[in-house]
Amino acid sequence: MNNVIEAPTIEYGTLAPLLLVFAAAVVGVLVEAFAPRYLRRSIQVPLTLLSLVGAFALVLVTVVGGGVPTEPVAMGALAVDGPALFIWGVILVLSIVCVLLINDEGHFVASAASVPGSADEEEAERAGSAHTEVYPLALFAVGGMLMFPAANDLLTMFVGLEVMSLPLYLLCGLARRRRLLSQEASLKYFLLGAFSSAFFLYGIAMLYGYAGTVSLAGIGQAMTTGAALDPLLLIGFALAGVGLLFKIGAAPFQAWKPDVYQGAPTPITALMASGTLVAAVGALLRVFWVALGNLDWNWRPVIWVIAALTMIVGAVLAITQTDIKRMLAYSSIAHAGFLLVGVMATYSAAEGNAVSLQAILFYLLVYGITTVGAFAVVTLVRDPGGEANHLSRWAGLGKRSPILAGVFAFFLLAFAGIPLTSGFFGKYAVFTAALGSASEAGDSLGGWMTGLVVVGVIASAIAAFFYVRVIVLMFFSEPAADGPAIAIPSAGTVAVIAVSLLVTVGVGLYPEPVLDLAQQAASGLFVR
Amino acid sequence: MESPAEIIQHTAGGAIGVSWLMIALPLLGAFILLVFNRFTNRWGHLLGVAMSLASFAVAVLAFVELLGLGEDQRRRAVRLYEFIPSLKLDMGLLVDPLSVSFALLITGVGSLIHIYSIGYMSHDPDRRRFFSYLNLFVAAMLLLVLSDNYVGLFIGWEGVGLASYLLIGFWQFKPSAAVAAKKAFVVNRVGDFGLLVGMFIIWTSFGSLAFKDLGAQQIGTASDGTLTAIGLLLLLGACGKSAQLPLQSWLLDAMEGPTPVSALIHAATMVTAGVYLVVRSGAFFEASDVASLVVTIVGVATLLAGAIIGCAKDDIKKGLAGSTMSQIGYMMLGAGLGPAGYAFAIAHLIAHGFFKADMFLGAGSVMHGMNDEVDMRKYGGLRKYMPITFATFMVGYLAIIGFPFLSGFYTKDGIIETAMEHGAWMGWLAVLGAGITGFYMSRMIFMTFFGEKRWEKDAHPHESPSVMTVPLILLSIGSIVLGYFLIMDNRLMHFLAPAVGMPEHAPVPHVFSTTTVGLSTLALVAVGAAIAWMKYGRAQVPAVQPRGSFLTTFARRDLYGDALNESLFMRPGQWLTRIAVYFDNRGIDGLVNGLAAGIGGSSGRLRRLQTGFARTYALSILIGAALLTGALLLVGNI
Repeated sequence: MNNVIEAPTIEYGTLAPLLLVFAAAVVGVLVEAFAPRYLRRSIQVPLTLLSLVGAFALVLVTVVGGGVPTEPVAMGALAVDGPALFIWGVILVLSIVCVLLINDEGHFVASAASVPGSADEEEAERAGSAHTEVYPLALFAVGGMLMFPAANDLLTMFVGLEVMSLPLYLLCGLARRRRLLSQEASLKYFLLGAFSSAFFLYGIAMLYGYAGTVSLAGIGQAMTTGAALDPLLLIGFALAGVGLLFKIGAAPFQAWKPDVYQGAPTPITALMASGTLVAAVGALLRVFWVALGNLDWNWRPVIWVIAALTMIVGAVLAITQTDIKRMLAYSSIAHAGFLLVGVMATYSAAEGNAVSLQAILFYLLVYGITTVGAFAVVTLVRDPGGEANHLSRWAGLGKRSPILAGVFAFFLLAFAGIPLTSGFFGKYAVFTAALGSASEAGDSLGGWMTGLVVVGVIASAIAAFFYVRVIVLMFFSEPAADGPAIAIPSAGTVAVIAVSLLVTVGVGLYPEPVLDLAQQAASGLFVR
Repeated sequence: MESPAEIIQHTAGGAIGVSWLMIALPLLGAFILLVFNRFTNRWGHLLGVAMSLASFAVAVLAFVELLGLGEDQRRRAVRLYEFIPSLKLDMGLLVDPLSVSFALLITGVGSLIHIYSIGYMSHDPDRRRFFSYLNLFVAAMLLLVLSDNYVGLFIGWEGVGLASYLLIGFWQFKPSAAVAAKKAFVVNRVGDFGLLVGMFIIWTSFGSLAFKDLGAQQIGTASDGTLTAIGLLLLLGACGKSAQLPLQSWLLDAMEGPTPVSALIHAATMVTAGVYLVVRSGAFFEASDVASLVVTIVGVATLLAGAIIGCAKDDIKKGLAGSTMSQIGYMMLGAGLGPAGYAFAIAHLIAHGFFKADMFLGAGSVMHGMNDEVDMRKYGGLRKYMPITFATFMVGYLAIIGFPFLSGFYTKDGIIETAMEHGAWMGWLAVLGAGITGFYMSRMIFMTFFGEKRWEKDAHPHESPSVMTVPLILLSIGSIVLGYFLIMDNRLMHFLAPAVGMPEHAPVPHVFSTTTVGLSTLALVAVGAAIAWMKYGRAQVPAVQPRGSFLTTFARRDLYGDALNESLFMRPGQWLTRIAVYFDNRGIDGLVNGLAAGIGGSSGRLRRLQTGFARTYALSILIGAALLTGALLLVGNI
């Protein structure tokens, strides 16, 4: 018998981006513990930004250096393949711009422990104290986001999920204004997140019971040899699916999104709406492809219903929203539905897979960037009591601040998928991939796919209504006499809006390089 | 007949490789001037001029580079990027003799108009905005002529429509300008519609909108009906932009814009777009006899109509506008004659670009000195007060009537001679048009520069500053020599051959042609000019418009074109909209509003599920999980 435990092999080079972010987060915690209060911010901000930029550079080095591994790394725990690297790059870019937003003044509470409206709170504000813990927390969340979609076995995935989520629960409760709403959001997110994690974990247990392994490839392998339609497998898949669908906010698991997006500090909302969504879609894709690819005849009808429901619920409910952040939350739900249409397009033929994978990766990039830009604009429209999020306060914004309103209108058009914006090509790519797989799949399945695209187009039309409604409100209504002030943006926020606008316009006019990049990332598919 | 050369992918760099700069530079200028608006007030006009000149420089370099290549190498496609992959649509430019000829004209004459505008618009508080629109106009027009596919052409086409709308309505505080801008836009939409439907048919028939896929061989397989339909629809588009019958009505009203705009629209851009479209789509017209016949009919009808309208106008700019219609009619006629006519049409287009810009800017110079008076009945005897304007205008005048050895003499004569070979009727009608041109242009000259002073009391005519006169001088030099240069030795024909093909029997140009046609043209022009001298030179011009005969009224009212449009289209259209609105309110709105209310209502009801309680949300997750599991088990067991 061989009792010797072999030392695990870790590909440090490939994992460097992940390790760098986690290491910086740990250092950030140490800074909180040992550095004097007045110095912390000036250490944390550069530390956070540099580590994220460094991680992004390391991703580039891996890609350019041709070092994309063709095998899972870290003893099969992580798969740093083309799609994962693309998603890493996207998440890192999004988190860099989100950190620039976080860095702006006035989003976070002075002292989270003080009771809202109490004397303690006033005192903390007067003393000018601030929670610089948000930076390491954000770094941990980003680390989790990197780990989640690259996980190659279900346990690692679960760890990634939790590392991503726990800091976010906390960050949600740290808004400076309307603190009760923020704390409520935090608690709800935590409760529901824990609930869905439990489902996910239970699903993992079931799948382990079926396959005898938690490795994604192993589960896929087991299906080719064992009983394909074992109830253990089906139940396990359903429950694990609930956990993943919860994170991307697909109906009927979407209820948390509006409340949490509304209550959380807007920079954190931006991080969740972009980074978390990208990570969760990445993880969902990996599970569906690598582990459950052979089961596609079973999950396809179910995901069909969920995708259609998600698009409709997101688009229809957004119409009656009166809060700009809630409206964007519902829009995010609708977009999760559009992404699920892309997931549906994964017809087994390898080529079809690459096309739909490319479409989804492209969509994630352009949607994430536009989202961050839109939320950045939201942070700038302010009342004396904080952000003016009620839509009635946005009336006539175009007359008083034409540039800001124009930029926001452009982002909305991109969400709606109007041509010459990046959003158009995103939607176009996803729907084309779905139609392509429809023609490939043949009669019955093809008809269903086409039907889903029709539902998607109808949902887009409904969604266009509420996007345009905001534009009409901004440009064709008389401004209120006591309308909100436009905060003078800090350099960071200007940079965020400018970058988002440039990408949205640039990709809308000249999508080819980004499409090529996504295609290159998708061409190798997921490693097993 | 020699067919056009193959289009070759251009991989080398050089000026052709960066030909996109031609479009990008003026576009950048427009962008900067519009975005940084007030901050650029002081130097905005200079930036506009610089961008236009830089674009011209690139065009010249590309032209020189093209000349350095072998004849069958002169159609260079420059691929920019993949635009819409699933439509197999790449954004690309086609640099060939045809597009370069246009680019040189657009940027060259366009730059002179830019420079002139510095002086002309110097008192206008919105000069910077004016220059941004001018730059936009030039950029759009360059995109139109340089694109290597119909989609890019169409984008430029619409851009030109937009820029012309903005410029015609530049003084939007004048209701007449606002109306004229709207009219130009609406009439152009009719043509755009034709072009668009034509593009749809091309796409469905041939599966591509790139010029390289639409050569004579590739389209040969299509049926006659298809080719005719494509040709007629493209012609409808060309009629809109080039103000040909029946879509001519916007052109005369377009004079509401500042005069440099009129020069730009009439000489270098916009109206030439239709001729470009017909020549560029030559393969379709050559393949369909019906379509090419209709082109010549439209051309002949318009050249006569424009000339007749020009006879009766007292507004100097409207008189010139009538003459533009007429001259574009000549080009259209030439373009409808196939490869034999293309070179003359383009030569006339280039020459016209110079002498018409010369005369429009000259008219602007006159107006500048006469408190913006446009009524020629209030001019008279101006030649002594504005010598340079007079001399340059005179050159333009001699060129347009086809005075021997000036530009128009060679180019117009070429079109008439070629038309005569195709059909005597069109040839003689074109000769008649030339005679009428001699009359109305002479009338303009006599009323403006000769005779007695009929000025308003406060008029103090004076010569314009040199920033306005220098462009005039340059343009008149072009008006003198270009015709001879382009036509002699069939220079332009040989140059254009790789792009549009060569006729079987190339004509032999003469320095002074002594054919019956040539001589009778000259004779008719002389008669026309003599009549004009008798009526307006020797006799006194009444300061108030006389009632005039039936024919005069007919011409004054633009041949009742507007009345026709109003009774044929506007009033029935208004009735139709009224009926449609009625049904829309009752039927369709009911449906749509009902649908919207339904969605809104379901949104309101669904919203109640969002209670705000975490327990409700958890319940929905639980139910969802149960359904998901149940569904999977169910599907698994079917």
